[in-house]
Amino acid sequence: MSNLQAFRQETRDWLEQNCPASMRLPTDGDDSCWGGRNFTFASEDQKLWMERMAAKGWTAPDWPTEYGGGGLDKGQHKILKEELAAINARSPLDSFGIWMIGPALLKFGSEALKQQHLPPIVRGEIRWCQGYSEPGAGSDLAGLQSKGEDRGDHFIANGQKVWTSYGDKADWMFCLLRTDTEAKKQMGISLVLFDMETPGVTPKPIKLISGSSPFCETFLDDVRVEKDQVVGEVNHGWTIAKYLLTHEREMIGGMGAAVVGGESLSQHASQVMGLEQGRMNNPMLRAEVATWEIDAVCFGLTAERVTDEVKSGQGVGATSAMLKYYGTELNKRRFETLLKINGSDGMVWDGEAANGGWLPRTWLRTKGNSIEGGTSEVQLNVIAKNILGLG
Amino acid sequence: MALVLNEEQQMLKESAQGFLAEFAPVDELRKQRDAGSETGYGDKLWAQMVNMGWAAILIPEAYGGLDFGNVGMGQIVEQSGRTLTASPLFATAVLGVTAINLAGSEAQKAELLGAIAAGEITTALAVDEKIHHAPAQISMTAVKQNGGYVLSGGKRFVADGSTADKLIVAARTGGEAGDTNGISLFVVDRSAPGIAVERTTMTDTRNYANISFTNVEVTEAALLGAEGEGFKALSGTLDAGNVYLAAEMLGICQESFDRTLQYLKERKQFGVLIGSFQSLQHRTADWWSQVELCKSVVLKALQAMDDGDAMAPVLASVAKAKLCQVTELSTNEAIQMHGGIGMTDEYEIGFFIKRARPAQMMFGDNSYHTDRFALLGGY
Repeated sequence: MSNLQAFRQETRDWLEQNCPASMRLPTDGDDSCWGGRNFTFASEDQKLWMERMAAKGWTAPDWPTEYGGGGLDKGQHKILKEELAAINARSPLDSFGIWMIGPALLKFGSEALKQQHLPPIVRGEIRWCQGYSEPGAGSDLAGLQSKGEDRGDHFIANGQKVWTSYGDKADWMFCLLRTDTEAKKQMGISLVLFDMETPGVTPKPIKLISGSSPFCETFLDDVRVEKDQVVGEVNHGWTIAKYLLTHEREMIGGMGAAVVGGESLSQHASQVMGLEQGRMNNPMLRAEVATWEIDAVCFGLTAERVTDEVKSGQGVGATSAMLKYYGTELNKRRFETLLKINGSDGMVWDGEAANGGWLPRTWLRTKGNSIEGGTSEVQLNVIAKNILGLG
Repeated sequence: MALVLNEEQQMLKESAQGFLAEFAPVDELRKQRDAGSETGYGDKLWAQMVNMGWAAILIPEAYGGLDFGNVGMGQIVEQSGRTLTASPLFATAVLGVTAINLAGSEAQKAELLGAIAAGEITTALAVDEKIHHAPAQISMTAVKQNGGYVLSGGKRFVADGSTADKLIVAARTGGEAGDTNGISLFVVDRSAPGIAVERTTMTDTRNYANISFTNVEVTEAALLGAEGEGFKALSGTLDAGNVYLAAEMLGICQESFDRTLQYLKERKQFGVLIGSFQSLQHRTADWWSQVELCKSVVLKALQAMDDGDAMAPVLASVAKAKLCQVTELSTNEAIQMHGGIGMTDEYEIGFFIKRARPAQMMFGDNSYHTDRFALLGGY
């Protein structure tokens, strides 16, 4: 038996014994495990599942073991994902630490920062949020104005951040500050880390058209930021910021090909609307569903091809903007079609029968997909300039 | 299977690119057109292709072929879309070979596939009878008589129909229009008595024909596969045809895109390059994204045929539908972004749209395949 086969068997056995049965049921979308100091677990099983996976480093399977990660190579990581999928296991831990600041620290952070921050991320002890956008710096992120004033061994930060995902629930923030006001726009920006409990940090939830408040605006009033909490070099944070944006794009773009609760759009439509002689009886809507599914197949295959090309060394690597652009537009189309399929039921905002208004709320939330992490128009600019060379 | 080409496939792609660019560039299509070519393609070119083994790529080794697979052949056809190269490659080496592979007896394979590999015969597939693709609607009849069959009816839009040596004809030995049962395939000499061929010249100046069959007598040996059970092989052949049309259209999309992108970087108006205008940048970036999707689905559909994947028919319709969409976009945007010069016959960009539309229409357009995708998906 090859090493990988042995690994698969061990993994399968371990998951069989350690993944609680309730963690193999579909989620309703609201019961993700985010971890952190203030997190309330939805169940004992959820806590157990996170802790067991964290103990093996499998909440961050491909991070080095010295920082608490799983230390898995690509082949092993793929097997773990396959085995988790095979038993419908829920994600043990959703985390901006794992998805965003962790990879940036691994690539750009000092040894001390890695030692300090990575292990608590893996264990789900510290929940992170991102302090990027500002009221005056959305698409034009490099125009950010929040300042970090040099006070020797620390900075004093003042300004306002906006669209901080779960800012009111997070423990630490990775944040872009202007630390040199003289330098040209992209220069003079630093990426810094601070505890959300530091005096002067005030997150306030923003209520969205979907009724929920996944974002905050975060006010910074004379916040003390230690200089040893700067990632990379002072005034050279923009490169890291861009690296992180790429990660974010990939994350958001990847959502496009997902299906509702494991059910395809056409299955959902057939169930809700019924079939007449084997066909959906509204031919225009049928065509809309089929066209969407065709595009979704093509998009899914493209995400697969891009990954395969990178693995075989043929990749261009600059395709995250395309995946983000197309994936989010696809997701918006999916929800518009879902709304049509569900007719008047599709807009019911409250009540048990309507699953608490899940559909209209989620539909409205998707409108943000093509805005957050760089608007569709920004992605098209990136493609035109970086890939196509149009000036 | 990973969605990338292996080394051999990559090499074939590159050699096809080099060969076609040298011997069959778009200008060759213009020459064939202006000379009023009977075949629509150069006989010498086809002989060269046969010499390189292209006619034999899908033929099993046992019958003198290379058995190199659909992904490999797909690369050649994709490149032929970039150069708009007309040749019997599609009607003979793809459709003819696939139909015979799927339905032929040992004797038929030995005889016909060997002759195709050697470049001795060409074939054409005669399916449609009306202006829209509808393979189950076949009403042409094949009546059993004196140990053979008598064929009567008419076919349209037969690619290479005016030049092929052998016609592969779908006719009804039972059932009625709309039934998939009762359809049989026959291999018939184009020169057989009772066959009248009328060439139709279309926008792409390739040779297509409307063919009428008036009491055409064939022997039992002309039957390809079992009587009345031809639909399955026909359907498999059409799936292959659609995937290859998609591959060709992928070449058309990429070449239209590349030429237009180049033009945006050369053409100046208002004192600046037109590629500096954001309205054009965004359209071009969206267009590029759509072409990326096309690359993935064409490769997957080709792989599915090689793997005998049960999803192959679904993927064939996905590929054809998507490529029809994006080919329409590509050829229209190419002309619009070229502006006035894109409307001239002198400039080559207009040749792409004129080949694209017949390719889209053949064996079902976007609407046909979107609907078929829904049908196969149970809605």
